[in-house]
Amino acid sequence: MVPLSWYLILSAVLFSLGVLGFLLKRNIITIFMSIELMLNAVNLSFVSFANYWNQNAARAMTNVLPLSGQVFVFFVMVVAAAEAAVGLAIIIAVFRTRETLNVDRVNLLKL
Amino acid sequence: MPHQILFIFFGMICVAGAVNLLAQRHPINSALSLVVVMCSLALIYLLLGAEFVAAIQIIVYAGAIMVLFVFVIMLLNAGAEERSRGSRIALLMGIPGVVTLTLLVGWIMINRNHELGGIIISPTNFGATNNIANLLFRDFLLPFEVTSVLILIAIMGAVVLGRREN
Repeated sequence: MVPLSWYLILSAVLFSLGVLGFLLKRNIITIFMSIELMLNAVNLSFVSFANYWNQNAARAMTNVLPLSGQVFVFFVMVVAAAEAAVGLAIIIAVFRTRETLNVDRVNLLKL
Repeated sequence: MPHQILFIFFGMICVAGAVNLLAQRHPINSALSLVVVMCSLALIYLLLGAEFVAAIQIIVYAGAIMVLFVFVIMLLNAGAEERSRGSRIALLMGIPGVVTLTLLVGWIMINRNHELGGIIISPTNFGATNNIANLLFRDFLLPFEVTSVLILIAIMGAVVLGRREN
């Protein structure tokens, strides 16, 4: 038996590594990958709480559907896929005009 | 006991991949370490009894989304990251803030360990595909349909943004 808190701590560690990458990296593609890492960390806590609700559904007097945590993971994945498609298109558009991937050189909203 | 050993093994691979993502300076190396993180997360989902989510994690994340990233890295011929100053506020406030937040969450989780309980490998096979399908196509039908609109808008946005202007 693995305590639920271990999964949540792993999720928190991955999320903070994603935040650190977002703050410290200067390459726009790597920053984007840090955002994907944060989304994955959130997915991990969704799935572990789905398992928690499945085991405690009888004890908890709520009408929470035990599997809805896993269904939410799908919605997060859809948002991640949409975000990756649009974000990478924006990166390509920025690269065409600026010829750089360094975020410090992309300091105007104008393309 | 084997459950704990598997969790610690894959959890450590996961964290090592995430740290490597930050340490590498070339984006293609970061992308490959992110694939490692996603594959070991899929194995952790299997430990949580979420079989279908594990398969989708491999197919959609490690397959589709990361291929998109690798294509863009190759298309733009991205080289190693340039060293530049960046934001001082991000360094001075960000790192202590993130470390404090992680330690706080970890401390709370360890203190509340007995209330949260433990996870066993589920004997009821509750994460099976037909259970998820029942929920997704009956209880969450409206959100499911709305996501298809979201995907459509994202595709159109990507086409419009990626088009070369004349």
